[in-house]
Amino acid sequence: MVKRTLAVALVAVLGLAGCVGPKVAKNQAGSGGSCGHFKLAVNPWVGYEANAAVIAYVAEKNLGCRVTKKDLKEEVAWQGFGTGEVDAVVENWGHDDLRKKYIDEQKIGVSAGSTGVKGEIGWYVPPWLAKQHPELLDWNNLNKYAEMFRTSESGGQGQLLDGDPSFVTNDEALVKNLGLNFKVVYGGSETALIQAFRQAEERRTPLIGYFYSPQWLFTEVKLERVKLPAHTPGCDEVAEKIACDYPDYDLDKIVSRKFANANGPAYQLVRNFQWTNDDQNIVARWIAVDKMSPEAAAKRWVEQNPDKVKAWLPVT
Amino acid sequence: MVATSRTTVSTRLPKMSIVVRNRGRIVAGILAVWLLLWLVLRGTHTLALGGAQLTTVHHWFNDLNDAIGAGRDSNPLFLYFFDYIRVGIDEFVVFVQSIIAQPSFDRPVPLIGWFGVVALVGFVSWAVANVRVALLATAGFFFLGLQGLWRESMDTLALTLAAVIISLLVGIPLGIWAGMSDRFNRLVTPVLDFMQIMPSFVYLAPLTLFFLIGPASATIATLIYAAPPVIRLTAHGIRSAPHDTVEASESLGSTRTQTLTKVLLPAAKRTIVLGVNQTIMAALAMVTIAALIDAPGLGKTVVKALQTLDVGTAFNAGLAIVVMAIVLDRVTTAAADRGRRNRPYRIVLWLAALPTAFAVWLSYTYVWAAEFDSSLDIGSRIAVWAGDATTWVQSNLAPVTNGVKDVFTLVLIDPLQSVLADSPWWLVAAAVVAISLVVGSVRAAIVSAVCLALIVLSGLWSDSMTTLASTIVATVFTMIIAVLAGVWMGRSRRADRVIRPVLDAGQTMPVFVYLVPFLALFAASRFTAIAAAVVYAVPVATKIIADGVRGVSGTTVEASVASGSSTWQTITKVQLPMSARAVALATNQGLIYVLCMVVVGGLVGAGALGYDVVAGFSQGQLYGKGLAAGIAIVLLGVMLDRLTQAAANRTHRGG
Repeated sequence: MVKRTLAVALVAVLGLAGCVGPKVAKNQAGSGGSCGHFKLAVNPWVGYEANAAVIAYVAEKNLGCRVTKKDLKEEVAWQGFGTGEVDAVVENWGHDDLRKKYIDEQKIGVSAGSTGVKGEIGWYVPPWLAKQHPELLDWNNLNKYAEMFRTSESGGQGQLLDGDPSFVTNDEALVKNLGLNFKVVYGGSETALIQAFRQAEERRTPLIGYFYSPQWLFTEVKLERVKLPAHTPGCDEVAEKIACDYPDYDLDKIVSRKFANANGPAYQLVRNFQWTNDDQNIVARWIAVDKMSPEAAAKRWVEQNPDKVKAWLPVT
Repeated sequence: MVATSRTTVSTRLPKMSIVVRNRGRIVAGILAVWLLLWLVLRGTHTLALGGAQLTTVHHWFNDLNDAIGAGRDSNPLFLYFFDYIRVGIDEFVVFVQSIIAQPSFDRPVPLIGWFGVVALVGFVSWAVANVRVALLATAGFFFLGLQGLWRESMDTLALTLAAVIISLLVGIPLGIWAGMSDRFNRLVTPVLDFMQIMPSFVYLAPLTLFFLIGPASATIATLIYAAPPVIRLTAHGIRSAPHDTVEASESLGSTRTQTLTKVLLPAAKRTIVLGVNQTIMAALAMVTIAALIDAPGLGKTVVKALQTLDVGTAFNAGLAIVVMAIVLDRVTTAAADRGRRNRPYRIVLWLAALPTAFAVWLSYTYVWAAEFDSSLDIGSRIAVWAGDATTWVQSNLAPVTNGVKDVFTLVLIDPLQSVLADSPWWLVAAAVVAISLVVGSVRAAIVSAVCLALIVLSGLWSDSMTTLASTIVATVFTMIIAVLAGVWMGRSRRADRVIRPVLDAGQTMPVFVYLVPFLALFAASRFTAIAAAVVYAVPVATKIIADGVRGVSGTTVEASVASGSSTWQTITKVQLPMSARAVALATNQGLIYVLCMVVVGGLVGAGALGYDVVAGFSQGQLYGKGLAAGIAIVLLGVMLDRLTQAAANRTHRGG
């Protein structure tokens, strides 16, 4: 009986409270346009997210494309060129292995030129350490400090912390060929690396590790790069014999062959897209540090840089 | 779940205690010889392989993978078989999504809005279980909206439901078959082991090759991990149906089908529902992994937040997964426990259906009931609070915890790893096979020998031994905590009520959320990996032990107390020995769960097999090595599983 009364009361309340307020409207007819459906891969780091956000924003607002962003790791994204699930990858760090497989052998991807962003890979130390022991910034002095970098994982030698296996690393060969008393310890993820550097700076503990820029962490902790023997063309040809620093990377865009051949507005936008490290860093900062949504960050940047955006748009 | 399908006949032999003592001596002897030889032969024949080095087997796996990728468009298997599966699953998931999660049918919102879903969840929970869990379910789902994660939660729920429904459609019939046929059971058990232990990183990339990037791949990745529990438990339920009832039914002339539907299935119902429950839990555990291949929902929120180490936001999303898991768990458990008597009257159900339908209609029609009001959002406050708490813990505890890590690594992990990984491979293999023979059985020894041989063949012996060392340490820690907490929970209802939600959280909170503070506390190290594995494995082991301790008959405990035993004596002399089987099963499950975390360990500095798998997922030329590492993890799992089972059966027989 109580339940029944309750039910009746509930219906009454719902009836009174419910039938007010705006109703759900039908969607307006789709805004098709000539651009069609643009499938953009988003690889899991913030710099990439910045590129993708701006390209997606321009494609939607200026070209009327229907943009689908897909969150994927690199290998899976490249694989998507073949199955037609991915049209474009808009920040590629070298990846000679993937180039060989998908551009040269399977011929399902093509390069769409530079993003204008320069990538650096190398060995870094937290700023406090660089300040206190400036000679550390030269690899020749590393052995003197090996003892200081010892951890529970490095078995008596100094620890060189490596991170996300997505990036090419020559560190084991480097340590061996430069005769360093260090052991490469695989942190295994970007999360592990960032956390390690952040904490090393906070708690003033020694740390040396593999890192790269552009990366949003630099807006918070200005890591200093350790100088290794300079990179010369061909010095990294034989993997086991590498004894030189990493080359600078010209970060580029890779698109599916079908997408390039169709030569639609979205492809032309991707091909024309170019900006600078500073541009990317500011957008990445808005996303990572100021916690803006990628869409909002892209909108702000596009509104502040109409000329740059104009140069990317297809000529009609 | 691995060990549940074993039943043993207990035959008590008077001389057993002597045999047991001798066995202990023999094992000690084997270990002594091992250590002695280790001192002499340390560092030889260790089969170590450098980070980028590959073996023939790895190259062969690579070529296989490339061949599949290159032949995708012309292969009839793809064109007809896989594509039809993909289309079917895609349609199904999109259908579920369009009802509760995604804008659909030309509307900016899904068919049923939050208000309708909350009402439906409450109604269904009440109809299948009771008023208490219905209230819990309603409150839980309302909380998801308050967290500001309604859309994401519904995406996750849609995908989980789809994966669970398909798992059940396939899994229950297979489980019944495995329950009725010994041969099929033997055939399917290793396959299920494989599905449960094989790290999902290994098959994520190939899955997108077979089923493209989209709902189908995400669903299949989820169900590979989630289907085994329901298959195992259904088989177990059928197998443990009382023999005399089955015989009575058969002697009365029932057909096989009649026996199945009238006797076996009703008798197995509780166990099957437990299997459904475990399948739901497992499916939710895959949410973050599936996000790596673009599965929509809460997993994405977690993964994105961690790119910027935003623990607060990741925690908020993780909490939503935990809430959903607890709701689904309590509802299914209550549904399984409810007898026929407690069912609500049909007329009352119909009366309650009316306002539910009205709520659904409202959420279809009105904006306020369709979209959760974002001004009610408490998610950002939860995020800030969790972020602050993490920062505090990190900056205040890190010096102490790092010291703890160093000591443990020095006295426990390093020596064990040195003995396992620095001994010649043949010495380790011989010792392990000999121990399997002594504490287990001839069968266990053969399984160990085969697994070890295959590990050698995988080219990753050294990494496997490093991983094995961490696995053993993690399992020991897990069992210490599980026995303490399990006994406490088993003895006190109140403790159970407080601890159980914590355990649920440990099981379903995405590891990635607490890895960040763990990294701060213990740095990138093997210890961090062990700590994460312990958090994940303790819940299941604790629950099993608590169940076992509670199962000890009350009269026995009372008799012990009446005869003047102290609490300590009651626990150690009565309750623990009498739940020995539960402890054995808990150890076994603890091991399997620890192995499930090997890959996560690879992400936080444990190196070895876990890192090999992660690297294989990230770099094309290392794919083959990653696959080999995945297989090596499965081999370790199967070996340890069969060994602990054999040992448990033997001690059980020994009394």
